[in-house]
Amino acid sequence: MIGCVWLLMVIVAFICALCTGNMEKLSESALDGADRAVELVISMGGVMCLWTGIMKIADRGGITKAVSKLLSPLLSRIMPDYDTDSPAMKAVGANITANMLGLGNAATPFGLAAMREMQKQNSSPSFPNKSMIMFVVINTASLQLIPTTVAALRQAAGSTAPYEVLPHIWVTSVLTLVSGIVLAKIFERVRAV
Amino acid sequence: MSNFIIPSVIVLTVIYGALKKVDLFEAFTDGAKEGIGSLISIAPSLIGLVTAVSMLEASGFFDVLTQLLQPVCTKAGIPAEVLPLGLMRPVTGSGSFALLDSIMRRYGADSVIGKTASVMAGSTETTFYAITVYFGSVGIKNTRYTIPAALTADILGMFFAVFSVRLFG
Repeated sequence: MIGCVWLLMVIVAFICALCTGNMEKLSESALDGADRAVELVISMGGVMCLWTGIMKIADRGGITKAVSKLLSPLLSRIMPDYDTDSPAMKAVGANITANMLGLGNAATPFGLAAMREMQKQNSSPSFPNKSMIMFVVINTASLQLIPTTVAALRQAAGSTAPYEVLPHIWVTSVLTLVSGIVLAKIFERVRAV
Repeated sequence: MSNFIIPSVIVLTVIYGALKKVDLFEAFTDGAKEGIGSLISIAPSLIGLVTAVSMLEASGFFDVLTQLLQPVCTKAGIPAEVLPLGLMRPVTGSGSFALLDSIMRRYGADSVIGKTASVMAGSTETTFYAITVYFGSVGIKNTRYTIPAALTADILGMFFAVFSVRLFG
């Protein structure tokens, strides 16, 4: 999929440059773009590693377990196919908590474990059950305490207040997440497939 | 407010770690090392996609697109400059970060457009990637209503992002 998008971008850029007579700029921009990417990785590096380091301290202190315990009654309500104490729901809680803390490396394995456990009790294995869909929909929304990549990018782009958009991002993510959950619930009833 | 959030999170986390008897500095450096690992793993796709975005920018494509989208976007109340990001966000993470960078450098990171783009990029995940990875891992191809539900939420999220910047400035 990304391959197609990439192909499309490059072709559209070429055709557009042909039409607007910007071929010289296009040639420069390809090389500048590659440079800028490396520049970005380096200038984002410090901030991103600072946060993964800080969040690792929280994780080692046991915050992932504590928060996922706190979330479990809520999660059981929106994913009623599994018991609160089941391995599936434990993995679900750990995945969501790790995502909130920005521990991406830890979140994905928990997420995969959650899917595996949920699939074990899925009565028709070629179709996801309601709870599995709910879990994936939650994962397509993002709820992150410190949206590190965006903050690091803002800093790299010369923002004077890279973290100023934090409250905006929190409110927007919560609203988007709630919409996703509500929509999944609505679709679940409308399309009783 | 944001002046308080960052130092508070750092201080509270370190105190929490100390109370829980975590080997603080070792945990920190282990985490930072993981950060370097993820940076290195996104670097190749970032090089490819920043190049493509930069070419699109130089070709004049974004100017043409923005002009074309302007009438519709004005009616919907969305700045036309951020709409390409809304289309890119569910498909590729690196691509949307490349686009966010280009938008912020064109219009300013602290401008309304730059802020709106930041909120859009930071408040949702790469929807198609998450769906592919999670359902793919258990061999499920028919995802039923997952895509409609997730994409509708993404579209609503775009409006929420615009309104949040209008509300909080």
